[in-house]
This record gives sequence, structure tokens and C-alpha cells, in this order.
Amino acid sequence: MVAFGVSVLSFLMIRLIPGDAVQIMLGANAEVTPAQIAALRAKLGLDQPMVLQYGDWAWRALHGDLGTSVWTGRPVLEEILPRVGVTAELTLLSLAVAAVLAVPLGCLMATARRRSADYTIRLLSIVGLTLPSFWLGTMLLYGVAALAPDAQLLGWVPFGEDPLGNLQRIILPVIALALPVLASLSRVMRASMVEVMRQDYIRTARSKGLSEGSVVGVHALRNAVLPFMTSFGIMAGYLFGGSVVVEQVFALPGLGRLMLGAIAERNYPLVQASILLATLSFVVINALVDVLYAVVDPRISRA
Amino acid sequence: MRRSNPLLVIGLVLVLGQALMAVLAPWIAPYGPDAQDILARLHGPEAAHWLGSDNFGRDTLSRILFGYRTLFAISVASVLAALGVGGGLGVLAAMRGGWLAVVVMRCMDVLFAFPIILLAIAVIAVLGPGAVSTGIAIGVVYVPIFARTLRGPALLLREADYIAAARASGTTEMKILWRHVLPNLSGIVLVQTSLSLSTAILVEASLSFLGLGTQPPTASLGRMLAESRNFLVLSPWVAVFSGAAILLASLGFNLLGDGLQERFDPRA
Repeated sequence: MVAFGVSVLSFLMIRLIPGDAVQIMLGANAEVTPAQIAALRAKLGLDQPMVLQYGDWAWRALHGDLGTSVWTGRPVLEEILPRVGVTAELTLLSLAVAAVLAVPLGCLMATARRRSADYTIRLLSIVGLTLPSFWLGTMLLYGVAALAPDAQLLGWVPFGEDPLGNLQRIILPVIALALPVLASLSRVMRASMVEVMRQDYIRTARSKGLSEGSVVGVHALRNAVLPFMTSFGIMAGYLFGGSVVVEQVFALPGLGRLMLGAIAERNYPLVQASILLATLSFVVINALVDVLYAVVDPRISRA
Repeated sequence: MRRSNPLLVIGLVLVLGQALMAVLAPWIAPYGPDAQDILARLHGPEAAHWLGSDNFGRDTLSRILFGYRTLFAISVASVLAALGVGGGLGVLAAMRGGWLAVVVMRCMDVLFAFPIILLAIAVIAVLGPGAVSTGIAIGVVYVPIFARTLRGPALLLREADYIAAARASGTTEMKILWRHVLPNLSGIVLVQTSLSLSTAILVEASLSFLGLGTQPPTASLGRMLAESRNFLVLSPWVAVFSGAAILLASLGFNLLGDGLQERFDPRA
């Protein structure tokens, strides 16, 4: 249902452009003839009724045809697919790093009982949340370039070709993208840990004589991790948007830079397809998180 | 009276301080935002230029003060518009119910399904880059967020006993809305607006960093940072201060929203 709505909106995108999208796409080139305009319009199906246009577009999209790039004439999917790997590596690594660090950090934060320590932790985590990733990235670049002028920091090497070079170039972007996620996830982890530690069964576990490590690590953690997992879905949305910015900072040839380039060139089919694919995968990820949640917590599916 | 939260105080000071700087920029800025001092290019902090100068010899402090104006004007206007439209739709959907409410909330779900920055970029791709497009893009992003946050509490209020009592005593729907529903939503509205402003500031700065927002020569913090990257090795000061200014603006509203949330929510 939501996926359908997303597809309608993405479809409408080109149609909503004020003025004649076709003329804008072909640019202020004096050599554009009316015949060329008519040809592109027919190719984009803009000469047909709206509902037919959508049906046609959706049918072809479902069969993997998301249109052709205005400039190269290649199918947009061919231009998008080579870029997906870069963005996927960046976002997945950032999520993994943030999630792995957030669990112990959140638990640690939950044990802070003193009022002053509590405020310090909250201040630091809110600073982490609001730290602009493009600023952090720029400052990291400057700092590392000052310390090690020879380090290769910008651009991209596929992991298959040069694993070490790949990791060397991805490490700073991952830090820049992961920090707000880490701040957000550790806040969630802390809140749910505090909540769980108040429960009766934790008192029972303690009174059984279990060690504090086993109470926290086994009994509390398993239940505290649930809300933590649901926030993964929300984080995916942040990561998709954040990677556009971070790719720009570190000159990574990912989906985000492809999209920005396409906007600058007024290559609307490419913009449309990138946004549609990214948003649909975001919808799918959220659906998967819901399913996973029900698997981990049997109370949900029974309710 | 509960103990005051130092973070709430810090947030309030940051927000008020920066808002004041934005409003008073033309009077307190030592130079005009575009005034060039050709002999002082890429200087670090010094007596004549407290925060240094950029590659055209423009004063960084003055450009940051005027940058705050742009940042605050766009973020505040678009978030308030989103509050009006989104919040209005959410409350209306809750009070009215029926098929119209279902349609409205489904539309909100669809808008909500887009990742924030991507939706903003899509709007700008359609409208073309610029300050107005950025404002509209941010507004569109926050409409579903306000609609969803306000609908739930409004639904609860609709079922509340005292609303039923007001209705039974013949109070008109309009009066119920103004006298009973909206005042009870004010806490949530304040918290959500403050937190939304915090993220909207980051979205505005990101968009102008990407070159999609306010166009030259208007001073904008995101674009200042983007342009300073070309001279980073020569002088990092513009990048340091413009980024810090964005951080402080977003931080202030987030601390404010976080503190207010604690104040209004007895459970926290």
C-alpha cells in the first residue's frame, strides 16, 4: 500500500516540474528541433493520459525497466547498479559499527546513577546527534591530512581489487556517518536498559544470587535489545540520506553522488529511479524489521 | 517545583542567543556579509577579524551572523508552516474521523515513507535549487511528522470525559477545539516543534552544503563550509567556525526540546 503510494509520487515527480519538463531536460540548446522534443515526449510517454502513463510506467518498472538516461541513452538501471555497492558498503558498515558500539555504550550509560554524570551523558549524546556529518567529515579529512599527508583518503577502490586501499578510504566516511547513529542507538539502548532493570524478574535474578554480569548480560540485555532493533528501521532512513552528504564530502562514487549529478544535469529519469529504489528499499527494510521483531518477541505475533 | 534541568537552560540560552544574533546581524556584524578586505585573505582569528576571513577576504564572523539569518529564516518558516498544515491535518483527522481521515493519514504514511533528505532532494529536483525551494522541501518533509505526532494525542482527547461533558452541554465543535483540545496539545506541539527545528536546521545546512539550497551571494552556513573545503589546507578556520555555528544552532533546539519533553512528560 505504502509502496504503491511511493511509486505514484515518484511517477508524478517528472510531471510536477513547472514548465515543460522535456524542454528543460534538453536544455537551452539552440539546435533542439520540435521533432526532437516530440520524440523525447513520445519516448517518455508524456503524450498520453495520466492514468495510462502510470500504468505503463509501473508495468515496465516492475519488469526492471525504469527508463533511460536522457544523456547517455542507457537504461538508468545500468547506471545505478554499479553505484549501489559503494553506498551499500558505506551504510551497512556504518550501521554495523554503530550498533556494535551502541550496546556496551548504552549499558554503560544506563549504570550511571549520579545526576551530574547523567547530564553529562545526555549532553554528549545530543551533541553526537546534532553534529553535522559533513562538518565532522571535513574536520576528519583535515586532521588526518595534516597528520599523514601521504594517506589516500578520497575516492574509491573496489574491495575486490585492493582490500586494504578500500578499507583505508572507507574508514573516515564510516566514522562521519556512524557517529549520529551511534549517539541515537546508544540513547535507545540506555533507555530500554533502564526500563528493563526496574522489572521484577531482574530483582528475582539478583536474589537468586546471580552475578551482576550475568544479570545484565543474560537477563536484561535480551529484553532490552528489542526496542533497540526497531530503531534500526528508522536509522536506515537516516543512513540513506546521510550517505548522500558523506559521499559528497569524500568523493565516493555512490548512489548519492549519482543523484546529485543527475539533478545538476536535469536527468530526471535517473533522479526518479534513484529516489524510487532507495525509498522502496527503505520501506522493505522497515517491513523486515517488523517481521524480525515478531520472530524475536513471540508476544507481538500472538497479540 | 521540580529541580531545574541545566541542559534545558543551556538550550534556552543557545536558542535565544543565536536568534538574537540573527535578528541583530545588520547592526552587530563588524562588516557587511560581502565586504571584501583583499589584503586579509584566508586569515586566521585576529583583532580585525575575530574569526578570520575567507578566500575573498570576507569577514567570517559577519558571514556567520548573516548566515544565521538565512538558516533561521528558512528553518523556522518551513517548520511553522509544516506545524500548521501537518498538525492541522492530524487534529482534523482525529476529531472528524471517517473516510477523509483515512485518506489523509494514508497520504501522510506515503510521505513519511521517504527518507527525510531524499524527500527534500526530490522536491528540490522538481522545483529547482534555491532558498524558496529549500523552505518548501523542508515543509513537505515535516508535514507528515506533525500530522502523526498530533493525531494520537488528539484521538485520546476526543474520548476524554470532559470533552464528552462539554459536548453534552452543547458546546460547539469549534469551541471545543479551541478551548479544550488545542491547549492540551500545546506541550506536545512545543516539544515536537523544537526537536523538528533541530533537525530542520541540519537538513537546511546539508542541502546548502550540497549546493541545492540558498544560492550565492546570500550568506549561508552550509555553503560557506562547502566552499571553504577548497582552501582547507591553506586555512581551516572558515570550515571550523561555520560548521560549529551549524552544530550550535541544531544543538540549542535539541536541548530545548529534550528538556521540555522531560518537563511535560511525568514518566521521564
